[in-house]
Amino acid sequence: MSAVEIHNLRKEFRRGGGLGRKGRRTTALDGVSFAIDRGECVSILGRNGSGKSTLVRILSTLILPDGGEARLFGHDVVAEGAAVRRFVNRVSVEASFFKKMSPVENLSYAARFYGLGLHETRVRIPEILDRVGFPSSRRDARMEQLSRGTQQKVALARALLTSPVILLLDEPTTGLDPRSKLEVQDFIRDIREAHDTTILLCTHDMREAEILSDRIGILERGRLLHLAPVGELLARFESESVEEVFLAATGVSFEDDWDAPDRLEVTK
Amino acid sequence: MTRATLALRHELIGLLGVVERNWYLVKRYAIWEVTWFVWTVANTLTIVFIAKGIEASGGSLDVERETTVLLIGAVIWSYLGILFEILTQTVGWERWEGTIEYTFMAPLSRAVHLLGMGMFAVIYGLLRTALLFIVVASFFTLDLGQADYWAAFVVLVIASISFLGVGVMTAVFPLISPEKGTQLGFIAQGMLLVVSGVYYSVSVLPGWMQVLAKISPATYALRGIRSAILDGAGVGDLWGDIWPLLVIGVVSIPLGFLIFNRGEIYAKRHGMLKRSG
Repeated sequence: MSAVEIHNLRKEFRRGGGLGRKGRRTTALDGVSFAIDRGECVSILGRNGSGKSTLVRILSTLILPDGGEARLFGHDVVAEGAAVRRFVNRVSVEASFFKKMSPVENLSYAARFYGLGLHETRVRIPEILDRVGFPSSRRDARMEQLSRGTQQKVALARALLTSPVILLLDEPTTGLDPRSKLEVQDFIRDIREAHDTTILLCTHDMREAEILSDRIGILERGRLLHLAPVGELLARFESESVEEVFLAATGVSFEDDWDAPDRLEVTK
Repeated sequence: MTRATLALRHELIGLLGVVERNWYLVKRYAIWEVTWFVWTVANTLTIVFIAKGIEASGGSLDVERETTVLLIGAVIWSYLGILFEILTQTVGWERWEGTIEYTFMAPLSRAVHLLGMGMFAVIYGLLRTALLFIVVASFFTLDLGQADYWAAFVVLVIASISFLGVGVMTAVFPLISPEKGTQLGFIAQGMLLVVSGVYYSVSVLPGWMQVLAKISPATYALRGIRSAILDGAGVGDLWGDIWPLLVIGVVSIPLGFLIFNRGEIYAKRHGMLKRSG
């Protein structure tokens, strides 16, 4: 059984509607299909608005798809959402914490939502914060007093605290300084090696995708154009870098707008 | 441990997690809590002084009794405000902080999540309401010697079950309308109290409003608490107000969960759980 099985997944949104107007339809995912084996790391590359975050949100049970199917270890994300939520966690581009609360307070209550009791968190939170290289002197500081990179370490600690079998990473290093980015990437590698965690990494950082993943997929305007190991993609496009592969596969250039234009259909 | 016991333990820990998180927030915003309380005292006083004002302008009324009637009405208004505000925060505050997606993707049943918010709201609301009552009452010379505070407390706790059901229904508004939903909670609070005799007897309302008063839990809560405080009625004497509260609670809690569930499905279908809404 694959860890992740996605078949013909479709999602569109209606935006800008109001009284008497249904608004415009935007296609976020258009028949996406792929599978990820247990312990594998797959990266999905795509421009802003290509559908990466929608894919992650559907797998996190936060968005309901319009059609198709997504299963995590055989559990349907729609019909068996409660079962799916037990073994999935996510780190997104925004660290997302109660900003007046400390890292320890944020991790404590979040751990309770996953059934971890007082004794367990008292032992595990310091351990995990140490592992992500979080300075012990800052554990009681407010989240708003921490740098973006340090907040992201707490986000990784939150995900790891719940021992996820599947980890969904949605641009986890976007906006981080080079050092923090390397630290986060090292930690992602550690998680995978230590826990055999299956990882879906959505990013537009080509280098990150190349060094962290077994296979790379290219998502453009809601369609998964290619999904293969890095070497195979390089050979297929006769390219020397993932950047070249991405540009050739999507047909965009560095001069183009890196926000993918919506696939629109105006309805009355 | 059996699977069912483990699942129950997991949910109970999650419930405590919700209460724990809200406690951290109260601690972190302590100075705002004090500020808010001072405002509530001032607001309550503006209402409770009305009885003295009527007497001063030549009106004839039992000032002490009417002052107590107004005090109870204003205090219950404040209590309902706390309950509805905290339940509405289930979505509103979390969306603002950006934590909403992490809470909604956690393996905690929505019923337990909402019950946790409700449990905190009731504990916090009862403490603040008791304090508000004591502080505002100290501004007046009230003879509360025969008041049965235990009976008033019992009625308020039982009424809270119904209030929570209605509060859960209003908590859905910010889910489906990120921009305006929170304000709808205040509207629900006002609608509930206007038909329930918050500062006057229900008998002065038009007939159609009196019909609505019969299905409002606040009607029975206000009447029961006033009987306990003003006339010293005991729990047994208040059964006529307690049983409708129990019936409304039994209906409103599952109805609240059902409505919230439908709202959550709508929000997930339209991608409205994310921070920007």
